[in-house]
Amino acid sequence: MIPDLGKYAGAVLSAYGVSLALLLGLVLVSVIAGRKASAALKDAEARRDNG
Amino acid sequence: MASIWEYANPVKFSNTVRVVLPWVAWAALICTSVGLIWGFFFTPDDFRQGSTVKIIYLHVPSAFIAINAWLMMLVASIIWIVRRHHVSALAARAAAPVGLTMTIIGLATGAIWGQPMWGTWWVWDPRLTSFLILCLFYLGYIALWEAIEDPDTAADLTSILCLVGSVFAILSRYAVQFWNQGLHQGSSIMRAGAVTGADTEEKVSNVFFMPLMVSIIGFVLLFVALVLLRTRTEIHRRRLSALEARERMA
Amino acid sequence: MIALLRRDLALAVRAGGGFGLALAFFLIVVVLVPFALGPDTSRLAPIAPGILWIGALLACLLSLDRMFALDFEDGSLDLLATAPLPLESVILSKALAHWVTTGLPLTLVAAPLGVLLNLAPAGYPWLVISLALGTPALSMIGAFGAALTVGLKRGGLLLSLLVLPLYVPTLIFGAEVARRGADGLALETALLLLAGVTLAVVAAMPFAAAAALKINLR
Repeated sequence: MIPDLGKYAGAVLSAYGVSLALLLGLVLVSVIAGRKASAALKDAEARRDNG
Repeated sequence: MASIWEYANPVKFSNTVRVVLPWVAWAALICTSVGLIWGFFFTPDDFRQGSTVKIIYLHVPSAFIAINAWLMMLVASIIWIVRRHHVSALAARAAAPVGLTMTIIGLATGAIWGQPMWGTWWVWDPRLTSFLILCLFYLGYIALWEAIEDPDTAADLTSILCLVGSVFAILSRYAVQFWNQGLHQGSSIMRAGAVTGADTEEKVSNVFFMPLMVSIIGFVLLFVALVLLRTRTEIHRRRLSALEARERMA
Repeated sequence: MIALLRRDLALAVRAGGGFGLALAFFLIVVVLVPFALGPDTSRLAPIAPGILWIGALLACLLSLDRMFALDFEDGSLDLLATAPLPLESVILSKALAHWVTTGLPLTLVAAPLGVLLNLAPAGYPWLVISLALGTPALSMIGAFGAALTVGLKRGGLLLSLLVLPLYVPTLIFGAEVARRGADGLALETALLLLAGVTLAVVAAMPFAAAAALKINLR
């Protein structure tokens, strides 16, 4: 299924590996930070509304 | 009468993001996957570059976004300076790490692509060098945001930095070209620029071009999705610190 | 404006003004290079113009953060901002003071230091000319960086990060002039570009720096 990359297999695979890892990392960091900020905001608003 | 300036309202912006983001995110995932899978599995090797040509589907889109992210930050900075819309300033802040990551991906894929072709991990070819400088600009911009406490002061100073940086980025682009190959010399013997620039425009036939386009569109959608998400996060953080400040004073 | 200039010059030369520091740093860097690269003079000579340019550039960085910091801390910067003299002129004057106490001495000292690195004989005049034309830009760009970071407690490192990428065009053209001069090649284009960058920087940067200072003084 994986095409015959020949002698450049290392280069191509590492390029894809590095790029996808960086992209995935960026997306994860962004999503997690977003969730944390939303949760913290909800808590603060709840405290303000109740307190 | 609807106008884009309605979205300068942080609440409206956040609500809109909540509705729109899933669509953009899914579109980004699908488009990028299609582009990369198509390019990786279903395109032939290049006559000269062998299978390394497959790196193009990562290298060109990331470089494209790296530059356009900075342009978007420039526009957002100008909007902040002129119209004082906080959403705009926060959007610029949100976009910077995305642009930085894309620049790094562009540099890494450029170096990895170049190694089998040029026999060395790095060459100071004008395009790669300019991207390295762009990387430094991104780092400085992000560092300045982090260093300043007051958010409005930070927004103002980083906007000025973005403007001045943009002028110098253009200046550096020409300086680096001069430095590498003298002024007004289009093609270089090493054809290093060919890896990213002229070559892709000149000799890219349809079989490479289509998946490349799809990948570029995928990356653009990914950029939009990330910036929407991250801007909303910044808005939430600002509201949070305002609430916390009020709590401390109460 | 002259009074301001004289005051800043006097302050810089006095104790702890950083006047000798930049020169000493330049000397140290130039001395360290052969230790790093080996004493082979044929290897040092071709890179001498570049090393001298980088040494001068880094030495310029050293005293940048004090350009506005002292006046900012004791409140005199607020006074200067509200004085009848436009803030842009204040910035021009401070950048000029910085150049007179840093860039100019570095330029003068570069030629003797070139001896240490076996700079080719033809290269000496061009080294000095390129530094003379380029260091004012370094001071002015540095003023912009200093204005951005004046409020920060340990802004020195951030200042370097912000300013060094902006130094790239001046460095490229300046070092090109010095290198081509040493090799005896044509250098008119590089010289014109270097002068052009400096002129543009000196003309336009004061406005950006003034905007940054006003923001920090709010």
